[in-house]
Parts: sequence; structure tokens; C-alpha cells
Amino acid sequence: MDEIIGIVLSRYPAGKKEGLLPILQEIQEEKGFLTGEILNEVSAYLDIPVNKIYGVAAFYDQFRFKPHGRFHIQLCNGTSCYLHGSFPLLRDLEKQLKIKAGSTSRDGKFSIEIIPCMGACEQSPVIKVNDTSYNKVTQEDLRKIIRTIKDKSE
Amino acid sequence: MQFDIEINDEHVTAKRGETIKNVLDRIGIKVPTLCYMNGFSPTGSCRMCVVEVDGIPGLVPSCSHLVEEWMKIKTHSPRVIKARKTLIELLLASHPNDCLYCEKNGQCELQVLASELQVRERKYQSKRTPIQIDKICPSIERDPAKCVLCERCVRVCNEIIGVGAIDIIGRGSESRIGTTYNKGLNVKACVKCGQCIQVCPTGALTEKQSFQAVMEALNKPGLFPVLQFSPTVPAAIAEEFNLKTNKDVLNLLRAALKKMGFRQVFDTSMAADLNIMEEAAEFIDRLKSQKDLPLFTSCCPSWVHFVEALRPGFLPKLSTTLPPQQIMGRLIKQYITSSAGQKPEDVYVVSVMPCTAKKDEAGKDYLKDSETRFVDAVITTRELIKMIRLMGIDFSGLEPEPNDSSFSIRSSASKLFGVAGGHLEGLIRTIHFNLTGQELSPLKLTDLRGLKTRKETRIRLGKQLINVVSVSGLANIKSILDEIEAGKGDVHIIEVMACPYGCINGGGQPKGSDEKSLKGRMKVIYDVDEEEIIKVAHKNPIMTGLYEKFLDRPNSDRNKELLHVLRNSIEIQ
Repeated sequence: MDEIIGIVLSRYPAGKKEGLLPILQEIQEEKGFLTGEILNEVSAYLDIPVNKIYGVAAFYDQFRFKPHGRFHIQLCNGTSCYLHGSFPLLRDLEKQLKIKAGSTSRDGKFSIEIIPCMGACEQSPVIKVNDTSYNKVTQEDLRKIIRTIKDKSE
Repeated sequence: MQFDIEINDEHVTAKRGETIKNVLDRIGIKVPTLCYMNGFSPTGSCRMCVVEVDGIPGLVPSCSHLVEEWMKIKTHSPRVIKARKTLIELLLASHPNDCLYCEKNGQCELQVLASELQVRERKYQSKRTPIQIDKICPSIERDPAKCVLCERCVRVCNEIIGVGAIDIIGRGSESRIGTTYNKGLNVKACVKCGQCIQVCPTGALTEKQSFQAVMEALNKPGLFPVLQFSPTVPAAIAEEFNLKTNKDVLNLLRAALKKMGFRQVFDTSMAADLNIMEEAAEFIDRLKSQKDLPLFTSCCPSWVHFVEALRPGFLPKLSTTLPPQQIMGRLIKQYITSSAGQKPEDVYVVSVMPCTAKKDEAGKDYLKDSETRFVDAVITTRELIKMIRLMGIDFSGLEPEPNDSSFSIRSSASKLFGVAGGHLEGLIRTIHFNLTGQELSPLKLTDLRGLKTRKETRIRLGKQLINVVSVSGLANIKSILDEIEAGKGDVHIIEVMACPYGCINGGGQPKGSDEKSLKGRMKVIYDVDEEEIIKVAHKNPIMTGLYEKFLDRPNSDRNKELLHVLRNSIEIQ
């Protein structure tokens, strides 16, 4: 078994189903995303069918089954951001990067993730690219951001 | 505690703890349902069963809402009917418009509800993303576009079969029934039992049809098509075509099949007798050497798949004896038809089984001789019914055709295979005789009969007492396997059937297997055992002949090559 998976699992009792979500969160924290191997190991450890685990994980936006892109764009879609136009931003983002929210581009360069709320409502709408935050983003700002990351990715 | 409630202006007695639907069922008021399944915890997800209760602003789902003393309920008020109709209209908004071409046409619950609620137009149109039909599984096909997300299949797979091969994937309007990484139903956990097909209200789940291949084989020059049918088939055919379940049914069925073009027709039961002979010898050898006990039966292909894919540690404990379907196929090709001058590769063996997993079994690599499969095609009882209709067979005009094959004599023990506990009962009869030289008395093992999912008894074999257990509904086997792994339990033989109550309730049987029809099918089988003269496999005269002319003694090296198989674990992601 993968060492990291083993370490995370050892912190939780075997066969106790309530450990599922924190286990998946911790493993994803370390691994970046959930692979088939991870689901199988967790399934065996907790005695939950692997499809059931996939079903649970697929329910939550926080779990990923593919790695992030080199440029991981997080877009806040909390109430405040929504009211200040996060939705048109998302539309532009998806159109220009040619990927859907929650997915990664085939070349592995970009990925988009929707965050329910980043807690920076006074700065809404908010976008994060890797570790850099952009506040009060307008559609014009977004175009610049996209141009920058596209240039950098070449 | 009992109290009075009011339903549609009439006083009705209700008990605390009952759901509204429980009371409605008792007094004969029918409310439509889609997600409800008798005996399962309600999910309340389809909302079809809603009723109006005075004092509650919204409509309440009667399947999950408990009765209370003050309740005044309306089950068919205009408001309720309108809500139900809207629900169906909304479901139809994203449902394909292809009822005429649908496998379930005429048997679809959604179709019935739409008709009952007078839906006459497509009122709403929703954007439909094309979803591919999942054809990857050798036994079951899934068309997610026809799914109404009632979750019946998910619940059966979790609660009765206990493998959780499918689940709801995604959330809200993106929800779908699916498998890990949406890879289709070729997952390790799926045992292909087809119980999901049995509960699906629409055409979203169907068996993979072998119908066309069989029709082609029937018309291919030079081919010698023969058919074998499982002991559960005649009763289901009788039920479907309203025939009396007496001895004539077999002869009528034989006549129908001959009319359709099958050159010879066999009852798989004969091979079940042979299975008992071999398995009994196998058990006695294991008992003497005290090795690989308990012996697990291996007739149920879903159970075998479960061991191969999910619990390979139990492979050595599986009986190596081939299931009757495969024994029969092999005998037909290698012995019966070859003595009539047919080459094995020209013989096309079709099996009619109450089972979808048998389709998967027939394709297993270890079940063929060089390039000739023991069984070429498996159709379910449902497919046979369709074929009989397609070929315009009218039972009322048929002359019953007496048995023309000398290979159709069978004991009633073999008939018992169709019901959970029956295989075990037949097996014990022969083990007892072989070990003690005397017939078991009484032959009937009542502890192993009836509509229960776990049956057990203790048998005295001379000085020794052995414990035997019959388990049906695959979910029930897990705790037993865990106990055995932990070194606990003192059981000698365990019979496992994936479908609850056995093959009479198989995934390939006609739909609507309620308790009444299951009891009926069970009775047909037990009645045969009452009336039959030969009640034990070892008294079947064919056995004597076969063992003299074709086979060696049971469980010998030659027979191991012909009638046994060693199974390996299988790797599927």
C-alpha cells in the first residue's frame, strides 16, 4: 500500500464508516486528487463498497478525481460574489479556457474549481489563481488574468 | 396502540408506528409509487405516493409518513392527482420518447402511471445530454437516459445482494446511477445477478439479449440447435401463459420448443442429478481428509463471481463440480449428440435460465473445450417468453409432446435446485446414502424449506453429526464468511444462492415476483418432490448408465477432468 494512504488510514479505526469523509479529505490534501487505488484501499479498510465511496465523493465538489492544472483557478460563488457577477466571470473563464468548472484541460495546464465561499465577501467577486488572489474582479480584469496565465503557460 | 383516523371521509383504525401507506394497503386504497419497495426502508424520493393531510401545508409522502391520531387524509383529491400528474410530466420531460422501441414496452411502470394519470402530451421539455448505453457487462445493459432515479436498484444491490456495485453519482440535476469513474458495469463488485433488472420500473436496466443469436442459430443450415431448460422454467412459463402446472406443462413446453426449431430438448435437471453425485463424493472425500471444509456449493454463478472477484480466500472451499448448466452442455456435445453422429462444433446448445449471471458464466474461459463452448447461448425465461410469442406459438392448440430423449429422466432431488435449500436437501440425501448405505429418513428436510433466506439443520451421518446451512440473498453470506475467517463456526456444507429464496426469484424470471407468486413457484417444486417416485439422484437410472459407459467413479481423476473445474481469482478494477 502507498505509504501516505497507510499513514492516514492508521489514524482511523478500521471498519468505522464515519471515518470516510475525513480520510478522503486528508488523503486528497496529500495526494492532490483521488485515484482508483486510493478508493480501493479506503474501501477495503472501511468495508464500504468502492462504488459507494465514489458515489459519496462525487457528491461533494471538494473531491477531485483528476489532478489540478498547472494553473488552478478557484472562483468564489458565494452569495456576495454571485450578486457581484461571479456567474458571467465563470462563463467567460470556461469559454476562454475551453474547460468546464470542476475539470482540468487535456494538456494539464488549466483547471477551474468553484468555491462556495472564500470568506472575502467585501472583496467580491474573488478569484484565486494558484496562491494569488484577485479581488473585485471585472470582466476586463479577468481577460488580463487569462492572458497572463496563457502567456506563462506557453 | 390503536386509534381512529379519517381517510377519504371514512373512519379507519390505525396503529401507532404504521406509515400512512401501510394503512392504505390494508384497506385496499391504491396510491401510485415508483421508488417504494415492500420490505425496504422508504426513501420518499419519487413523491408519487403523496396524500393530502388536513393541517399540514404541503403534501406528504404516504410511504414514509407515520400516522397520527388527529389525521384526516385525502388520497385522491384534485390537488393530489394534479401533483402526481405533474410529477410524471416532469419525469417525462427528460425521458426518451421511444416507448415503441423500448425493451420494457408494455411492462413499464412509468408508462402505466402516465396512462393512469392521463398524461397525453409532453408538457415540459428539458435539455437532454446524450448518455451512452452501458453495454460493457456480459449480462446486464444500462440505459441511464431511461432512469428515473428511484434508487430501487441501488437499494437491492446494497441491502439484498450486499455488493453495492452501483450508486448515485453526482448531485442534484447531475445525479446519475453509475459506477466508479463511470466505467460501466464491468466492476468487480457486480455479480450480474440481475436483481436490479427485477426492480427497475423502466427500461433503464435490461438483460443483455441473446435472442438474436439464438434465432440466427435456429435458421443456420448445418447447425444442430438443441435446448436445455432449468427446472424453474416450466413453472414460470405456466404462470405466464395461464397453463395448469401439472405434468403436461413439460410436454407442452417441449412441443413448443420443437416447433420453434430446436432439434432436441433437454431438462437440465438430469445434469443436476449428476452434479449431486459428484458433489456428494467430493464432500465425502473432504470430510474424510478434513480438508477445505465447509464445502460451499458452486451452482450459483453470482456467488462464484463474488468469491472469484471479492473473496478469493474462499476459492479452495468452493465445490469444484461444474454447475448443472455446464455439465449438461458438455454431456450434450461430448456424449449425447456425438453418439447420434453429430460433431460437437455443429451442435449449438441454448440454455434457458432464470438467471442473468448464467450468461456471464457461459462465457468464462474455463468453460470450453478448445474452441467449443459447453453452452453457446443463454437466454432468460423472459427472453424465452418473448420468443414463444414471436414465433406465434399457441399453447391451447399444441399437442403435448412426450419425452423422446433417454436423457430426460431425473430425480425430484434435481428439481429442488430451483429453490434455496433444495440443492442442499438433494445433496444430503445422496451423501447420507453413500456414507451409511441407507436412505435418509424422512427424505424431506423441512428445516431447509420455506420462504426464508437463512435455513439450517443438523444431520446425523452414522456416528457423525454435520451442520448444513442454506443462505440466499448474497448480503447474508458476509457475516458467515467473516466468522469462518475468524476460525469460528462448525459448519460442513453451505449452500449459497445470490437471489433471495433461490432461482425461482432469479434475475431472469418474469417480473413481479411477489410473495404469492414465489410461494406458488416453490409449491410447484415441492409438489414434484411429493409425487415423484425417484426422489434421490443416486437412484436415477441414467446415472448408473453414465457412470458405466462414459464416466469413472464420482470425483475420480477422469470425472474431475470432465465434470469439475478449479477456479482462480479474477482481477477487475
